[in-house]
Amino acid sequence: MALQSLDIARRSATTTPAPGVRETAKVAKLIDVSTCIGCKACQVACMEWNDLRDEVGSCAGVYDNPVDLTAKSWTVMRYAEVEEKGRLEWLIRKDGCMHCADPGCLKACPAPGAIVQYANGIVDFHQENCIGCGYCVTGCPFNIPRLSKEDSKAYKCSLCSDRVAVGQAPACVKTCPTGAIQFGSKEQMKDVADKRIKDLKERGYAQAGLYDPPGVGGTHVMYVLHHADRPELYQGLPNDPSISPLVSLWKGFAKPLATLALAGVALGSLFHYVTKGPNEVSKELENELEKEDAK
Amino acid sequence: MTNHWVDLKNSDLVIVMGGNAAEAHPCGFKWVIEAKKDRKAKLIVVDPRFTRSAAVSDFYAPIRPGSDIAFLGGVINYLLAKDKIHHDYVKHYTNAAFLIDEGFRFADGFFSGYNAEKRSYAKDTWKYQLDKDGYAMVDPTLENPRCVFQLMKQHYSRYTPELVSKTTGTPQDAFLKICEMIAETAAPNKTMTICYALGWTEHTVGSQNIRTMAMIQLLLGNMGMAGGGINALRGHANVQGITDMCLYSEVLPGYLSAPTDADVDRKTYLEKRTPKALRPNQMNFPQNFPKWFTSLQKAWYGNAATEENGYGYDWLPKKDGAYDVMALFERMHQGKMNGFFCQGFNPLASVANKRKVGDALAKLKYLVIIDPLATDTSEFWKNHGELNEVDPAKIPTEVFRLPANLFAEQTGSFTNSGRVIQWHWKAADGPGESRGDIEIMAGLFLKLKAMYAKDGGKLPEPILNLTWPYRIPAKPAPEELLMEISGKALGDVFDPKDKAKVIVPAGQQVAGFAQLRDDGSTACGNWIYGGCWSQAGNLTARRDNADPTGLGQTLNWGFAWPANRRILYNRASCDLSGKPWDPQRTVLKWTGKAWGGNDIPDMRPDAAPEEGVMPFIMTPEGVARLFAPALAEGPFPEHYEPFETPLDKNPFHPGNPKATSNPAARVFKGDMDSFGTAKDFPYVATTYRLVEHFHYWTKHSKLNAITQPEQFVEIGEDLAKEKGIAAGDKVKVRSNRGFIKAVAVVTKRIKTLDVDGRKVHTVGIPIHWGFKGVTKPGFITNTLTPFVGDANSQTPEYKAFLVNIEKA
Amino acid sequence: MQVTRRQFFKVCAAGMGGSSIALMGFSPTAALAEVRAFKLASATETRNMCPYCSVSCGVLIYTTGDKSKNAKADIIHIEGDPDNPVNRGTLCPKGAGLLDMVKSPNRLKWPEVREAGSSEWKRISWDDALTRIAAHMKADRDANLIEKNDAGVTVNRWNTTGFLASSAAGNEAGYLTVKILRNLGVVALDTQARI
Repeated sequence: MALQSLDIARRSATTTPAPGVRETAKVAKLIDVSTCIGCKACQVACMEWNDLRDEVGSCAGVYDNPVDLTAKSWTVMRYAEVEEKGRLEWLIRKDGCMHCADPGCLKACPAPGAIVQYANGIVDFHQENCIGCGYCVTGCPFNIPRLSKEDSKAYKCSLCSDRVAVGQAPACVKTCPTGAIQFGSKEQMKDVADKRIKDLKERGYAQAGLYDPPGVGGTHVMYVLHHADRPELYQGLPNDPSISPLVSLWKGFAKPLATLALAGVALGSLFHYVTKGPNEVSKELENELEKEDAK
Repeated sequence: MTNHWVDLKNSDLVIVMGGNAAEAHPCGFKWVIEAKKDRKAKLIVVDPRFTRSAAVSDFYAPIRPGSDIAFLGGVINYLLAKDKIHHDYVKHYTNAAFLIDEGFRFADGFFSGYNAEKRSYAKDTWKYQLDKDGYAMVDPTLENPRCVFQLMKQHYSRYTPELVSKTTGTPQDAFLKICEMIAETAAPNKTMTICYALGWTEHTVGSQNIRTMAMIQLLLGNMGMAGGGINALRGHANVQGITDMCLYSEVLPGYLSAPTDADVDRKTYLEKRTPKALRPNQMNFPQNFPKWFTSLQKAWYGNAATEENGYGYDWLPKKDGAYDVMALFERMHQGKMNGFFCQGFNPLASVANKRKVGDALAKLKYLVIIDPLATDTSEFWKNHGELNEVDPAKIPTEVFRLPANLFAEQTGSFTNSGRVIQWHWKAADGPGESRGDIEIMAGLFLKLKAMYAKDGGKLPEPILNLTWPYRIPAKPAPEELLMEISGKALGDVFDPKDKAKVIVPAGQQVAGFAQLRDDGSTACGNWIYGGCWSQAGNLTARRDNADPTGLGQTLNWGFAWPANRRILYNRASCDLSGKPWDPQRTVLKWTGKAWGGNDIPDMRPDAAPEEGVMPFIMTPEGVARLFAPALAEGPFPEHYEPFETPLDKNPFHPGNPKATSNPAARVFKGDMDSFGTAKDFPYVATTYRLVEHFHYWTKHSKLNAITQPEQFVEIGEDLAKEKGIAAGDKVKVRSNRGFIKAVAVVTKRIKTLDVDGRKVHTVGIPIHWGFKGVTKPGFITNTLTPFVGDANSQTPEYKAFLVNIEKA
Repeated sequence: MQVTRRQFFKVCAAGMGGSSIALMGFSPTAALAEVRAFKLASATETRNMCPYCSVSCGVLIYTTGDKSKNAKADIIHIEGDPDNPVNRGTLCPKGAGLLDMVKSPNRLKWPEVREAGSSEWKRISWDDALTRIAAHMKADRDANLIEKNDAGVTVNRWNTTGFLASSAAGNEAGYLTVKILRNLGVVALDTQARI
């Protein structure tokens, strides 16, 4: 354990069990959508801290920019203009990794140690181990990870594991001007959420509530929503997210079958991996599958 | 701000109107959110657009750009008609009871004394009735028909909810709901605060927009209270400090009104600026003017300032007219100027009517840019296609560009919007050969001084006599300068009550402006900053953020001017006997011997309540003015239409076309022809900032360019449908002064308004693009805006004008 | 549970790849995950202020080096100052992006002049720049300073050269600027605060 500053709970594609005697407090980030002004300070702080500079894009006729998550934009604001009972609401949601307690990305990941879950709940990608296959994308119920066109590796929010490891809050949390993003233990964040939900109910949002979806074991990024009964209002936040059936399929009966059926493909892949580097694996396979699909 | 950023959290009701605090001041706006979270405060937003502030509001109402006085006048009418005012406060702390000259009138859109030819008022009837001792006469019953209270009631009785709605486009029920919410804060222990910004100032009735709200706050008794006040959320990090240093023609540091041709000598100058009290027992603080002015002269001329030469009075330039930025460009456009400096200022982008500004700059002999960035103005002569269509060969201006340092590369102080002066430290050198602002100005001055010393020239005295005590003359230290600003004793300063007692020995820093003298024994560069660097050291660098009362006063963090006072007029937070109106939020109280509490008293510390010294110590009457004769267009704010209005008449004065727009606003010859009419330009346009950008600076910063890369305009769904414009389409927006092209954002957040029987569409135009930067190149928004400003401050009318829009 | 043929292959291949790679000795020993090292561990911290709006947020500027003689301080990161009572460590998107303002490719690095009618900039020295500007100023002032008005009153104003002052300069720079300008006789003076 000497090499890590955060205890590890799980590693992708690794059978060696993680050590488990230490007790580490679970952390969480709470995003109170009802006090978010959509200023994008979190987007900027994220890029600044993580040394990322996305493209200078263009305006697509909306405030959203960049318009979607990318390998260099690990969080984006999503704006929805909704009319509720004749009253206009501008629902602005900070989108990014939810740090699921039961992370679909990690379960789907075939590259040993490319995705880890720390004992505090953070799910982190380690690009040096990433083979660029993109299965984390499939595995994610929130459509978060993005493959980089530059290095064909998957990227997403790390919850600033480097800051958290030294006792600091993530960059987006620290910068948030209105305090709409907060960080602490998961218990603390639930308490904060309770207080906010009570306030929102007093202000007429009868369905205000916490978004901490059980289908993924709960998340270490939670939302306070004014309309918790309809998360889809917030630019398609999934109502009841769960890990893709494909990941369960793999974990269940498919693996032994695959071992036989796809041995050739896998060995081929490995050959490519060794000689040409990791990105070729997925590309070759993807191309093959595209052809199959086209039939 | 009369209060300060953190104090917003003490409010019960926050109104954001004439501004968009969430978007323009997000980190200050946090205290509004805190008020909501912890005090259960409500937030109201009134704006032509449903803004980011509106996104977290409890109640939002739309309003037509340029109709705020109609709205707020309607609120005054509501409060008076429903008797929802703080009676004791209004009676004692405002001029409600004061009797006004019998000749004062308001009829048909004009106040008495209007001169249509000069577009200005003779104010001889806008005054108090005085008694034989020269004091203003009052009627404490407020019943005299000539008292301010009755005149005000009569004036605003015309502002009915029907007429308000017809003029503003705000639905009547929304308007009345807001009136109700505001009226609740008339209770002595409830406060409302107002956060406004350039959404109020950038109109031809800008100052009066603010005054109308100030009147509301006085009627509700919210001035001087924690969580109350009138809070101008100012623009730049040190716009407050630079305003305080008075880098504009009307005033000298500390808002000392600058001498004009009429001030033929120092005696005349001082007499005109040293008022006599208008009520008995009042502090009439401006009576100290000669002390402040003399101390400034001593700071500038040192030993060369003597009683015999009027402390160098003649060396100061006398002003003969208007020299505000629009007047400057008008003069330049007329070919009356030869040289021009832009220090951290990008007028080609930020001044109205870009074409006129560009043409004017091309008439200069020399232009000097002092800036950290390659501004658009610095390349006004360069062809950037349709973004800047010029022919360099035809522009004879010599342009110098001097690289300045940024904040991170300089040590010094900034003054925030809440008047708190805070010190900061240099972190690194600037790039290349860039230099600090101080070093650049000092270098230029020393060159000139050497030339005058060697070759002579016109009027060398003020140049050669200017004090320059800095240890490195070419690079004065910010510490030396702040000490000069704060002030020191040149000779021993004596106690006025005991002439033998020295209170500040010669050579020591003064503890505050109360120690300044008019006999040449003190020097002070800016009296309102007096004491910020006392014998105790640099108080602006204090970093104790302790907040023992929980009110957020943090009296030991930095230094607030004046006298480290955090809430202005705080004496008004107590009743006549000195008890706080709201003991839960005690700012100040009378302790039996002195004023104490959680702030520096805005009152003579030992002025017992029985003495009747009223809280508004900067007026000669000691009370706040509901009736204010200083304003150019009238002592009571009146609704006038923007100079470009979608209406053909002022709904308040349909019969008087001369009262359609502000009758006292200045219009330059030629600019009247540049105004468009609703026939050709049927849509109301308003310009504004976005949260992702800061003016024309952050277009040079990649992180900000990424989050908002390309110029756009916003229109409502109705207009989009009418014009066949879809979100993401490229559109062309034209005014009578030029055009811009941008991407269309189509939104539910801009509603079509029903105004005076017609549909009014609003086109929203963010300002941040230009032809220099790392964003996608864009048009300068001020290509579109009209060259006319507020009658008092001459701030251009950026917020309400007319355009047309079509698919590009 | 709808699983397409393609998805089936995808899932199998993914798992297979991982296991195979592991089995063949490309084992996750190399994958002992360390978080990214905290990049400010030994950086120098300086307290400063955001130069944008009038909230004047406190910022912490992190520079490389320890201010020793040979280590040139380079700004690597800027974040909010938690002690500042107003911003309490927070920064808006403008403040959070200050690093790219400091490092903007459009920062001016040396004095330049664009000669009359020219279409390009020319680099010049500070001394040349200041000498030429001062000469312009003196010529204009000596020609156009009005010592007395028509009524014979001493007015001593110079209104043919104007100055627009920054609202981003510090109080000290602002004060020195007004001190100099007023005593040259400048009345054509205005500030960003107007607009």
